[in-house]
Amino acid sequence: MNFDKELDAKGLNCPLPILRAKKALAEMTSGQVLRIMATDPGSVKDFAAFAKQTGNELLSTAEQGKEYEFFIKRK
Amino acid sequence: MNMPIDNAALDALIRQRLDEILPQKLEELKAAKTPSMTIIATKGTLDWAYPPFILASTAAALGWDVSIFFTFYGLNLLKKDISDLKVSPLGNPGMPMKMPFGPDWFKGINWNIPNLIQAGIPGFESMATMLMKQTIKNNGVASIEELRSLSQEADVKFIGCQMTVDLFGFTHGDFIDGVEYAGAATFLPQAQQADVSLYM
Repeated sequence: MNFDKELDAKGLNCPLPILRAKKALAEMTSGQVLRIMATDPGSVKDFAAFAKQTGNELLSTAEQGKEYEFFIKRK
Repeated sequence: MNMPIDNAALDALIRQRLDEILPQKLEELKAAKTPSMTIIATKGTLDWAYPPFILASTAAALGWDVSIFFTFYGLNLLKKDISDLKVSPLGNPGMPMKMPFGPDWFKGINWNIPNLIQAGIPGFESMATMLMKQTIKNNGVASIEELRSLSQEADVKFIGCQMTVDLFGFTHGDFIDGVEYAGAATFLPQAQQADVSLYM
């Protein structure tokens, strides 16, 4: 998937991946896509809830071993 | 000449229209409202510093309006230097006592140290705090300093309890910039309007 910005949140625990993602999205423009890599298993549910609440669209969630990858489209 | 008004029919019509319009209107109002949260932070230890700052920074990231009212020992969380916040395992049976280093079998041991011994060893709290800080680091958990500044950057409002400042002999200079000082009468109307209000 194409993306405009990347956020490496590996090794970070709750709530840092969300806070960093929020910051990254704030620096982007509407329609741009942010790719996030994380290792916090809680982030799967958290990013879904974050997207729902903030209106930024969660395009996909993928899991590879102990790593998670999210694509979020800026509102 | 007055026309006779059929009140019953009018009422029925209004009621019917209201039933049609109101649910949608309420949804619109709910969607347009910015959620808000108020927290009372009353504890001044390293472990209890986490819940208010984690929830406040996360709520702010979700777009909520957040304020934290720091009172009693919670005021310690506003000090300029919070590197000396401590955690006490004494009288805290819920706290796992595990080592943050060594082989896995060693890290898995829960050291069940009786209160009497904990209380008798000088520096026990400092040691427990050091181990806790290492565990925090190992797990990629943010430091309190970081969460606090992230909260401030995200416009979380910090309110210090003026009464406690006086009671404990603090001055405003002991605390970080950007803190408002007020009392219960300031907090309560905010809490009344808030969607979420938590005591910690």
